[in-house]
Amino acid sequence: MSLLVEDLTIARGGVRVLEGVSFTLPAGEALVLRGPNGIGKTTLLRTVAGLQPALSGRVEVDADSVAYAGHADGIKPTLSVVENLSFWAKVFGTEGIAPALEAFDLVALSDRPAGLLSAGQKRRLGLARLVLTGRSIWILDEPTVSLDRDAVAMFAKVVAGHLRSDGSALLASHIDLGLNDASVLDLSSYKAKPLNLNDFDEAFL
Amino acid sequence: MKALLIRDLRLAMRAGGGFGLGLVFFLIVVILVPFGVGPESTLLSAIAPGILWIGALLACLLSLDRVFALDWEDGSLDLLATSPLPMEAVVSVKALAHWLTTGLPLVLAAPVLGVLMNLPQEGYKPLILSLILGTPALSVIGTFGAALTVGLKRGGLLLSLLVLPLYVPTLIFGAEVARRGAVGLDMTTPLLMLAGITCGTIALLPFASAAVLKVNLR
Repeated sequence: MSLLVEDLTIARGGVRVLEGVSFTLPAGEALVLRGPNGIGKTTLLRTVAGLQPALSGRVEVDADSVAYAGHADGIKPTLSVVENLSFWAKVFGTEGIAPALEAFDLVALSDRPAGLLSAGQKRRLGLARLVLTGRSIWILDEPTVSLDRDAVAMFAKVVAGHLRSDGSALLASHIDLGLNDASVLDLSSYKAKPLNLNDFDEAFL
Repeated sequence: MKALLIRDLRLAMRAGGGFGLGLVFFLIVVILVPFGVGPESTLLSAIAPGILWIGALLACLLSLDRVFALDWEDGSLDLLATSPLPMEAVVSVKALAHWLTTGLPLVLAAPVLGVLMNLPQEGYKPLILSLILGTPALSVIGTFGAALTVGLKRGGLLLSLLVLPLYVPTLIFGAEVARRGAVGLDMTTPLLMLAGITCGTIALLPFASAAVLKVNLR
């Protein structure tokens, strides 16, 4: 299962942000996206995950092998940790949430309503969902926000394990996760040039 | 799909889920009307089917903006869109969950409130029948409206304005069934129209809702 992105141009709110983005992500590897705020990391990840269409270019990926985790964790505050996780396990048709609970040290919090968790604990719960999906390509948008150093290490271990079992990960992150052989793609060089509007009439067409 | 339905029902039952909101609103409307209109029993039984239907419709409207708003806010909707569930299934389950938590309790409460409205004895069966047939259409149309306005802050007002005209045919034929039943007239035609509207909306609108939702998630 590999991911191929070719000559992709994407827009956010009708403004082109990135153009000519090309990369491949073979199984067993991780690719970290870097770039200043507003460069279009989230937009790129959402496009690859199939949540929004690209202006041009091509994303070649089996939609059934992608698991997406955005800024929001999709946690229901009135459901307990276990209820939240088992719902996603059922949706993705996988079984056994115990490994996910253990990987993110949530066992002690199993029966707590998710609304009472701290921000970092919520984030861990959101990331634990990824383990349950059983999908091979993880698309992660700033996964380490509000995690402490131990939790980041926990998360890095899970990602490393995922890569070893022939999965792959596409991340937007500023923190060095200490992943060996993770390649880095700096998006600054793909910044879209403003459209040439010298022709006055063109602005109205 | 079953998991999503169970989750939605569970969320509705827990604190802050909004279960019972529509029911209590229905109760308030129907209890207040006799006070406002006066204790004239002939007048009350004449307007009873219409008032009960309007009450049910408004109660349905009240809980619509919760259908997708909460899932959109906490990101669940993005995650559901990238899950193996087709979007059409997600909106259908949402509509079903809305009907089970709002429409069905209204149907069950209507006969009790019919007493307050001095509804003639032969009017009860047609009233329940028309509500059972009609409220699913209200939920499905409402889900479509909720899909249109998802992502808008305070979209409730726009949602009501969008959905209200779409509710009119259901209201006309639903109330007509109940009215004709109450005065002992033949009610086949409006009953068939009501059933047709419900079947049509259930068959077609989930596709429209799913398409609209995909656009709104961009």
